[in-house]
Amino acid sequence: MERPDDFEKRREHLKALSDEELKQRFWQLAEEIVRPLYDLAWSHTSPSIERSVLLRMGFSSLEAKAIVSGLEKRGLLGKGAGRAVLEYAAMTGSHYLEAGRALCEGKGWEELSRRLGGATR
Amino acid sequence: MSGNELRLSPSEKMDIQKILEDLEHYRPRRKGWVWREKHMLQKIGPFEYRNTSKGLKRFVPLPAAKYFGGIDPQPDFTITTEIASGRFEDDLRRMRMAAWHGADHMMVIRTTGQSHIDGLLEGTPEGVGGIPITRKQLRATRKALDLIEDEVGRPINLHSYVSGVAGPEIAVLFAEEGVNGAHQDPQYNILYRNVNMVRSFVDAACAKKVMASAGMLQIDGAHNANATAREAWKVMPELLVQHAINCAFSTMVGMPREYIALSTVPPTAPPAPCLALDLPYAVALRWLFSGYKIRAQQNTRYIESDMREATVTHVLNLLVSRLTSADIQSTITPDEGRNVPWHYNNIAAVDTAKQVLNGLDSVKELVEVKRDGLVKERVRELVERAVLFLEEIKEKGGYFNAVASGFFVDSGYYPERNGDGIKRDIDGGVGAGTVVPRDPDYMAPVCHHFGYNKLPGGLSKPCDLIGGCTLCNPEKIVFIDELDPQDNVETRLEKVRKEKEAGLIRPEVQWAGDGYITMTMFFAEPADVAEAAAIATAEKLGLEEPLVIHKGIMHPAEGTLIELKARVPVAVRRDELKIPEKPEILSPDEIREDVRQNPMTVVAATVGEDEHSVGMREIIDIKHGGIEGFGIRAVYLGTSVPVEKVVNAAIEHDADAILISTIITHADIHKKNMERLHELCVEKGVRDRFILVGGGTQVTDEMAKSCGLDAGFGRGTKGIHVASFLVKRRRELRKRREGGK
Repeated sequence: MERPDDFEKRREHLKALSDEELKQRFWQLAEEIVRPLYDLAWSHTSPSIERSVLLRMGFSSLEAKAIVSGLEKRGLLGKGAGRAVLEYAAMTGSHYLEAGRALCEGKGWEELSRRLGGATR
Repeated sequence: MSGNELRLSPSEKMDIQKILEDLEHYRPRRKGWVWREKHMLQKIGPFEYRNTSKGLKRFVPLPAAKYFGGIDPQPDFTITTEIASGRFEDDLRRMRMAAWHGADHMMVIRTTGQSHIDGLLEGTPEGVGGIPITRKQLRATRKALDLIEDEVGRPINLHSYVSGVAGPEIAVLFAEEGVNGAHQDPQYNILYRNVNMVRSFVDAACAKKVMASAGMLQIDGAHNANATAREAWKVMPELLVQHAINCAFSTMVGMPREYIALSTVPPTAPPAPCLALDLPYAVALRWLFSGYKIRAQQNTRYIESDMREATVTHVLNLLVSRLTSADIQSTITPDEGRNVPWHYNNIAAVDTAKQVLNGLDSVKELVEVKRDGLVKERVRELVERAVLFLEEIKEKGGYFNAVASGFFVDSGYYPERNGDGIKRDIDGGVGAGTVVPRDPDYMAPVCHHFGYNKLPGGLSKPCDLIGGCTLCNPEKIVFIDELDPQDNVETRLEKVRKEKEAGLIRPEVQWAGDGYITMTMFFAEPADVAEAAAIATAEKLGLEEPLVIHKGIMHPAEGTLIELKARVPVAVRRDELKIPEKPEILSPDEIREDVRQNPMTVVAATVGEDEHSVGMREIIDIKHGGIEGFGIRAVYLGTSVPVEKVVNAAIEHDADAILISTIITHADIHKKNMERLHELCVEKGVRDRFILVGGGTQVTDEMAKSCGLDAGFGRGTKGIHVASFLVKRRRELRKRREGGK
């Protein structure tokens, strides 16, 4: 878009505001603009977020990568990588770190998918 | 560095090999950002300061400090240096140098392309234009900084980037490894790294929450708009908008304001009347964003290869910081317009900041920025333009739509639009289509996790479910050493070790013994001829890969200044170097006691036709720590004194020694005067009675001795050196006389 500097015309409605009112308006607008971004972030996740969960659970970066790509492939990312690993640990009666490492090796994905209902998503 | 316990000794190089040992078990000693300990009013040496902080235990002061008792006042602002040579092991040495000069914020630039890597890197591969940030690199760096901060006596903040497509993971890595500060701004990803906008914001919320949990200081990315805009000063309204979006988003996610720093750059530079533009902008920013921290960056947009010009621009930037405010003063190296910064240019930039901030100390007690007139008008206008910008984002249907329609980094002064802004598609960019909604049963059993999380009830913290997460229980962190058997620090150090064992020394600018030097030449030729002549000269000198890094036109026809870098094809051997031995100095008490028991008189003068008196006065005067301070009586004859008159005066005063100073070296006049002194004393039969000493900036001990004198003292000599020598020499001569009897 090209447009000449029409500042004088555009600012008409701001003219009467005091400096403090102008500052308030600035921050109010900024918050209104980021609110939907915040809501989006609150309700969504990404591969990097899920890998960051696995890192915090004590998996290596290589393991986190393998588990998350397995989840992505099967449409299970929305469950959360942490939940998936804990679910598989419960299914196999193993420690969650062992369960996660088994998933890294390609084991158990079908059972896990069925349990989490990923295939239907 | 010695023994099992790692500690740095100021006279020894840092042992990188030792730092790399046992990194698997290294834990950072603290987390979070640390500010300098400010002093509102502080006496340092003979002066009162109002803008300083706690001093350092060890430091390299400004060169002129020697006239002020060697003081090194540390400004109240944190000082940043950006270090990134591609090899972190060499950066560690540079960080130590920078810390001694006054930097306490080490900003590590990432290797090109890391922001597009979807995941963490491991090991220590070599980088380009920065270094690959990895767990091993961070541990080694933080461990080295622990040692360096103990050495200088001030906490040092380590900083890098939580951006790109792996933001949340990097934030966790940084929190685990005690990284103290980081850049995080989703807008930077979108505009400059073409990371998908949805991914960028979703990831950013998660990353920010983790950063906040570790007390990391966040710096935003708005300054990049200055660096890329066609006319940087026109982007000011947008900069306010960019800062606001990141600030509002960050606080909403839960980051406290005092951990959010605005990265701001005075947008313009001379020959523009920069202060008239930069100062109102700085005032507007600090007013609008009160409660947030200010990271004042220096201008890079208008930096060319002229280091003098860059430095002057940076001095003006520092003036803006001091006249308004700053919490962090970042520095840009003066060679930024030439190459990836070199060791000593990081130091130059840190010294520039320290020097200017020392010089401007208390300036706000003397002058203040006017709040009416031009400043008031411009501040109001900028904020109104920014508000209009925000209004139009909303009208467009929000941030994503605004980006998609090219709102940002347009070269027009908003609301003017030139239609050349950066446009990004909501479905495009790196990582597009990877974000998914969290299911109702989504769960993450870890702490400091942002967003919807369906945890079972009754937990005191989320990670109870797994017996602790790495942020609560660092034992669980998995350390990976190396993944690439070739591209790693061990192989690089092996080469360095071989050179060291062979006793070889080469010059360097960034990597151990890289062999680069610079040469400055002037040719009385036009630029194109001068450039070719410089290359040809370097080749004839046997230099390799010569490259002109700066041309300065003195006159289109009369001459050109050339700076050239090249690699030297040779190394020198340490064991073949002739290093003059440093004389041992007697203690001040011992000198005083000797002179008290055996009074000493010296006759001193600047000889020949030489009007320089400063050097000699420094050696003599009690107030400069001269020899009078030890009880030595000095008869000073003045300047331009004939040598004969000096000798006669010494006879008359029955002196123990004659001190002559000679600064002018034209036609070797300094040597001739020294020879003449010796010869005259011999002719008059008094050579044995006097200790003869020559001094001057170009004089060396060896040279004076070859002229027949007892000693010579050059640049950097202090009174105590001369006093100590005179006492020792007199003892020697006395012993010799007694032995001869």
